Amino acid sequence: MATLSENSRKFLVELCKKYRNDEHELINVLHEAQDELGYLPVEVQHVIAGELNIPDARVYGVVTFYSFFTMVPKGKFDISICMGTACYVKGSELILDEFKRRLKVKVGGTTEDGIFTLSTLRCVGACSLAPVVSIGSKVFGNVTPLQVKKIIDEYVEKAEELH
Amino acid sequence: MSVKITIDNTQHTVKKGLTVLEAAQSIGIEIPSLCYMKLHDINIENKPGGCRICVVEVKGRKNLVPSCCTEVEDGMDIKTHSMRVINARRTVMELILSNHPAECLTCAKAGDCELQSLADRLGIRELHYEGEKTHVRKGNSPAISRDPNKCILCRRCEMMCNDVQTVGCLGAVNRGFHSVVAPAFDKDLINSVCTFCGQCVAVCPTGALTEIDESAKVVRALNDPTKTVIVQTAPAVRAALGEEFGNAPGTLVTGKMVAALRRLGFHHVFDTDFAADLTIMEEGTEMLRRLKGYLAGDKDVKLPILTSCCPAWVNFFEHQFPDMRDIPSTARSPQQMFGAIAKTYFADMLKIDRKDLIVVSIMPCLAKKYERARPEFQQNGNPDVDIVLSTRELARLIKLCNIDLNMLPDEDFDQPLGESTGAGVIFGTTGGVIEAAVRTAYEVHTGKDLPKLEFEELRGMDGLREATIDFDGLPLRIGIAHGLGNARKLLEDIRSGKSHFHAIEIMSCPGGCIGGGGQPYHHGHVEILKKRQLALYSEDGSKKLRKSHENPYIQALYKNFLGAPMSNLAHLLLHTHYFDKKY
Amino acid sequence: MENTIIKFAMGTCGIASGTQDILNLFDKELSRLNYPAQLVKTGCMGHCYAEPTISITLPGREPVYFGNVNEERARDIIDHFLLKGDKTEGIIPPEGDFSKKQFKIALKNCGEIDPENIQEYIDREGYKALMKCVTMKPEKVISEMKASGLRGRGGGGYPTGLKWENTRKSKSDVKYVVCNADEGDPGAFMDRSVLEGDPHSVIEAMIICGYSIGANKGLVYIRAEYPLAISRLKTALHQAREQGFLGENILNSRFSFDIEIRYGAGAFVCGEETALIHSMEGMRGEPTFKPPYPSVKGYMGKPTCVNNVETLANIPAIIRNGSEWFASIGTATSKGTKVFALAGKIKRTGLIEVPMGTTLREIIFEIGGGIKGIKKFKAVQTGGPSGGCLSEKYLDTPIDYEHLLEAGSMMGSGGMIVLDEDDCMVSMAKFYLEFSIDESCGKCAPCRIGNKRLYEMLERITDGKANMSDLQKIKDLSVVIKDTSLCGLGQTSPNPVLSTLNQFHDEYVAHIDEHFCHAHQCKELIHYVIVADKCTGCTVCFRNCPVEAIYGDKGEVHTILDNQCIKCGICFSKCKFNAIIIN
Repeated sequence: MATLSENSRKFLVELCKKYRNDEHELINVLHEAQDELGYLPVEVQHVIAGELNIPDARVYGVVTFYSFFTMVPKGKFDISICMGTACYVKGSELILDEFKRRLKVKVGGTTEDGIFTLSTLRCVGACSLAPVVSIGSKVFGNVTPLQVKKIIDEYVEKAEELH
Repeated sequence: MSVKITIDNTQHTVKKGLTVLEAAQSIGIEIPSLCYMKLHDINIENKPGGCRICVVEVKGRKNLVPSCCTEVEDGMDIKTHSMRVINARRTVMELILSNHPAECLTCAKAGDCELQSLADRLGIRELHYEGEKTHVRKGNSPAISRDPNKCILCRRCEMMCNDVQTVGCLGAVNRGFHSVVAPAFDKDLINSVCTFCGQCVAVCPTGALTEIDESAKVVRALNDPTKTVIVQTAPAVRAALGEEFGNAPGTLVTGKMVAALRRLGFHHVFDTDFAADLTIMEEGTEMLRRLKGYLAGDKDVKLPILTSCCPAWVNFFEHQFPDMRDIPSTARSPQQMFGAIAKTYFADMLKIDRKDLIVVSIMPCLAKKYERARPEFQQNGNPDVDIVLSTRELARLIKLCNIDLNMLPDEDFDQPLGESTGAGVIFGTTGGVIEAAVRTAYEVHTGKDLPKLEFEELRGMDGLREATIDFDGLPLRIGIAHGLGNARKLLEDIRSGKSHFHAIEIMSCPGGCIGGGGQPYHHGHVEILKKRQLALYSEDGSKKLRKSHENPYIQALYKNFLGAPMSNLAHLLLHTHYFDKKY
Repeated sequence: MENTIIKFAMGTCGIASGTQDILNLFDKELSRLNYPAQLVKTGCMGHCYAEPTISITLPGREPVYFGNVNEERARDIIDHFLLKGDKTEGIIPPEGDFSKKQFKIALKNCGEIDPENIQEYIDREGYKALMKCVTMKPEKVISEMKASGLRGRGGGGYPTGLKWENTRKSKSDVKYVVCNADEGDPGAFMDRSVLEGDPHSVIEAMIICGYSIGANKGLVYIRAEYPLAISRLKTALHQAREQGFLGENILNSRFSFDIEIRYGAGAFVCGEETALIHSMEGMRGEPTFKPPYPSVKGYMGKPTCVNNVETLANIPAIIRNGSEWFASIGTATSKGTKVFALAGKIKRTGLIEVPMGTTLREIIFEIGGGIKGIKKFKAVQTGGPSGGCLSEKYLDTPIDYEHLLEAGSMMGSGGMIVLDEDDCMVSMAKFYLEFSIDESCGKCAPCRIGNKRLYEMLERITDGKANMSDLQKIKDLSVVIKDTSLCGLGQTSPNPVLSTLNQFHDEYVAHIDEHFCHAHQCKELIHYVIVADKCTGCTVCFRNCPVEAIYGDKGEVHTILDNQCIKCGICFSKCKFNAIIIN
C-alpha cells in the first residue's frame, strides 16, 4: 500500500474528529476527503476506516456504491456529457461516442496524458441547450459531433498554457 | 397470541409474530428459499429479502411478497403455489442461473449446493434468458477459495463475517449487476483481516466460498515410498464425519474413522486428543502459575488468561486486539503441539529425519490450514504439520478410495500418540477446553480428587457463559465465548478493565469446533451442532481416563522427553508468541 | 422615487446559459448611466426555452419578462425599454400560452424573490403558515393536511397527511423529519429549482411537519451534484436561525426544531426512502423491505417522516389558505398542482406548474407550443425511468396519479419529455432501462439480473438480431421483475419497456422483421449512402468525416465505406445537397 503523506493523514484524522469519529458520518467524511484530496485511494479509505472504527470493507463498500466517489485521480478537465433524457433525445449519445473515440477512453476513464476525464451526468437543467457538455463551470450547449474536436483542442491548449 | 390465516386455500391458526415462511413451515408447507437462513439455537438470522425465491401471493397486495420478511396478519390469504407464484419463482431462479457459471460437474460444492438442489426442486430444465455474466477475479488463500462468479449475493457470508464474527473482512462491493461480496480493496484474504474461521464457507449456499482442497497432496504423500505418513484427527471430526456417509447427526464414528484412515494407507493413525491432553498440561500449568502470581500480587502478571487453541481466534486478536496479545496463553494449539512432538519425539523413535515424516491433520476447521503454514511452526522450512484436511475433504478422500465407512469395523488409534482422555475429547465443543483445564488444574492446585467430573455449569450453547468454580476455597471465575463477536465483547471488557474473569475460553465458531468451517454443511440446521456436542460428551463419559494428567502416554512423554510442563524444551516445542498484524 | 427592479433568473440553468454575464453587463451599464435600479438574483423563472431570462418591473408597473437576453438584446433593452420606455424584442407576453394554463403554488416564489434574502420570503407571507400552526394543536395541523388531499410528489403519491399521522402515532422520544432532495429522474429538476429559488418554503414546511409529528430534528438529504441548491439552502438555514424560525422555542411555542444537511453521493435508488435512510446513516443505499415503514422505524431506528421537496413546497400555502382551497384545485383523487420539467422536441421547454387534471395536450401544445420544427408528435414520456411513453391517443388524458397509471405510465417526480418522429421507441426503452441497470443497487435478483437480461434482449432488437419470440419473453420477464423486485426502482423499471411495447408494437416488429428503424436511430440498422445524382463532389463530407470512411476526388461522386462508417451522422448534417441518405 502506498503511503499517505503526513499532511494528508493529519487532515483525515482531523476531518474524522470534526465528525465526532461517528461512523454514521462516513459519507460526509468521504465527501470532504474527496474534495480535499481529489480522490479516495485505498490508503485514504484505510485511514478513515481506522478513525471511524469500522472495517475497511465497509468504507470500500460505500465508496464503490456511490458513483460520486472515485478511487482514481481525475484529469485536469472533467468533460461531462449530459445524459439526461432531454439531451439524450437530442443526440447526446453521438456526442459521447465522439468524445470516447477521440479521447480513447471509456466513461469514467482519464486520458493517458492526464488532461481529460470523461464522464456523464444526468440533467444539469439546461434542457433548452440540449445536448449539453460541461467542462468545469463552463457549459457548451447545442453541441454537435463536429464540435467535439474543437472543444478538445481548446482545452488541450489551455492545459499547455497551464503547464 | 395467534392469528387466523388461509394458506393455499386451507385455514390455519398460527402463532402471531411468525413470518409467512415460518408459519407455513409450522403447518407442513415448505416454501422454497435461498438467501434466507435462520440458525435457531445461536440466534443468527439472515433475511435481506434479496433472492426473491420465497415470494408468495398475498390477497390484497399489489406485488408478490417475500415470505421470509413478511409477518402473518390476521385474515391473511396466502397462496404459495399459484401460477403467478410458480412462474415468478422459476423466472427469478432462471435469472440467477443465467448469471452463474454452469460448472456444476466440476464444482467443489456439487451435490452439496443449495442453488443446485433448488434449481432441481423448481424443475428448471432450460434457461430462457442468457447474457453477460459477472466476471470477477477469483481469490485463493491458504485455507479458503473464493470464486465470486458463483456468488448469488445471498449475503449470508457477509452477515456471518460482520454481524456474528465481527471480523469485517467481507462486504458488498459495487452496485447493480456488478455487485459482489469481497474483501476490502479486492485484496486476497491473506492480506485482509480474515481469520479463516470459515464461517462464511459454512453458510455459503453455492461454490463461491469453499475450502482449499488438499486431498491430492495426501494421496501423493501416501504413494511416496520414501515417506512415513501419519495422521492426527481432531476431536470434533469423529462426531460429524458420519453425516457424510448417511449417518444421523451425532453419530460417533471414532473407530470406523480410524479403520478408514488405516485403509487409506496412513502408517500410524494418531489422535489430536492426545495433544489436547498435552495442551491441558501446558496451558493448565501456565494458568495456575499466572493465577498464583496474580494472587501473590505480582503486578507483571495479567489475568484473565485466555485459551489459545483456536487458530482463527489467534488471527482475530492479532489483527484486531494486538495490544492485548500478552493475555492469551502461549500454549500452541493441539494440532501444532502434535506436529512438534511428532517431528521430534516420534521421528526420533522411528529414527527417521523429520523431512521424511509427513504429518497430516484431519480438522473440523479451515483456519488450521492457515495455522500450519505459519513460519513459526516450521524448522528450516519443514513444517511441523504438512497437510491439513477438513472433515469434508476426508469424507471425499474416503469415497475416492472406495471405502464404505459404514461397513468398517471399529479400530483403535495407534500408540504412543493415539491415547487420550475424556478431557481431550471435549475440546471439540464450546466449554470443553476450559472444563478439561479445570479437571486437571483443580487436582494439581488442590491436591485433591474431583468428586464429580462433569461441570454442567460450563456446558451449553449460549454465546457468552460464565461460571464460578470453587477451587477449594478459591472461587475461580470463568468466562466462555464462542463466536468471535462474543469474544470481542469479552476483550473489550478486559481492555476497559471491566472483566472480572480469571480464565476465559474462546472458540471462534458457533458451538466450538463441532461447528467449524470444515465440518459437513449444516445447511441452516444448527440443531445438528447440539447433537455433535452430545456425542462428544458421551465419548468423554465412556472413557476410562477423563483427566489429561492421567494419560499414561502424556506422563511418559514428560518423563522421557520433555521433563516437566513449561520446561525449556516444552517452551521451545509447545509454546509460541503472537504478532501485531494490525496494519 | 422607487427603483426599477430587474430580476435575473439565476438557477443552475440560467447560470449555465450565461445569465451572470448579462447581470454584469446591466450592472456596469446602469451604474455608468446612473440609472436607479435594483438588481436581484432569483431562482429559475421556468422559461428554460428562453434563457437567459430577466424580468423588469418599472416603478408602479407590472413586471415584464424578457427571454433569450444575450449581450445585444441586453443593450437593446437598456437603450430602448429602460431609457426610452419603448417595447423591444424578446418580451414574453404575460398572457401568452406558456403562462396562461399554469397555476403556481410550489413555484410561486421561484424567479420572483431573492432566495438568499429571507426578508423577501417573509414579505410574501413567508413563515405565516408556521405562525399559524404553532397556535394550532398538532393533530389539527395533520387533519388539515389530510383534508387538503396533498399526495407525495416524489412519485408514489402516498397521502402526505396520512404519512404525518402515522409518524405522529409512533411512540418515541426522538423522531425525524427528512426532506428527500435526492432528485434522480434524469429529466427532472423541479426539486433543485425549488431549493435554488425558494428554499424557505421547504424549511418552513419541514418545521411545520416537525411540529405536527413531534420531531425536533430535520434532515435534508440532497444530491451533492447540486452545489448551488446546497449553498442557497445553507444560507437560508442560517437566516432562518437568525430570525428565530429555527432553534429553541420557536415563536415562543416551546417547540424546538433544527435542520441539518446530508449529502447524497450519486445513487438514484436513494430516492427510495429506506435506501435514503441507510445512506444518511453512512451505509450503502440499499433498500430494505417494508414494513417496518420509516414512520415506525426510520433514521437511526427512530420514527421518520420522509417528504419530497415539491411536496413540502406546497405545504405553507395549504396552511395559509386552508385545506379547502387546496382541495378545490385538481381532480377527485389528485389535489393541487403538479410541477413538470417539460423538455424534448418541444418549442417551449421549461419548468411549469399546472393544476392536476390538465391534459397532456394542453401542456404539450398550448404551454409547450407543440413540436419544434416540422416533425410530428410521437409520444410523451412521463415518470422518467419508472414511467412510460404515451402515444397520441392518450393526449387528452387528464393528468393525475390514477389516470397516468391507467394509461401505462406514472406521475413520477415530474419529468415530461416530448418525442417526435425522429425518436426510436425501442431506443427510448433501452435508454431508460440502461439507467435502471446503472442505478440498481444490486440487492435483489430480479432487478439486478432481470433488468440486465431485459436490456440485452432490447439490444438484440436494435442490433437486428432478435426474433419475434423475444417480444413475448420481454413481456413475461417484465411482469416478473415488476412483481418480485424489492423496491420501487425494480418494481417500475420495466415500465418504459412495457408501455412502448404496448403502444408502439409495430416499431418493435419493424426492428425485428424488417431490420428497420423508422427513426433512423439504431446504428446497427442504418447505412449512410451517397446518392450519385445529387452529389456534386464538393468534398465537404470527405473533409468532415472523422474516420476517413468517405472517399472521392473533388468534383467526382463520393462514396461511403459502410464497414468503416461509425454512423456519427456528421456527413449527413453537413451535406448541402441532400445527397446523403439513410438506408
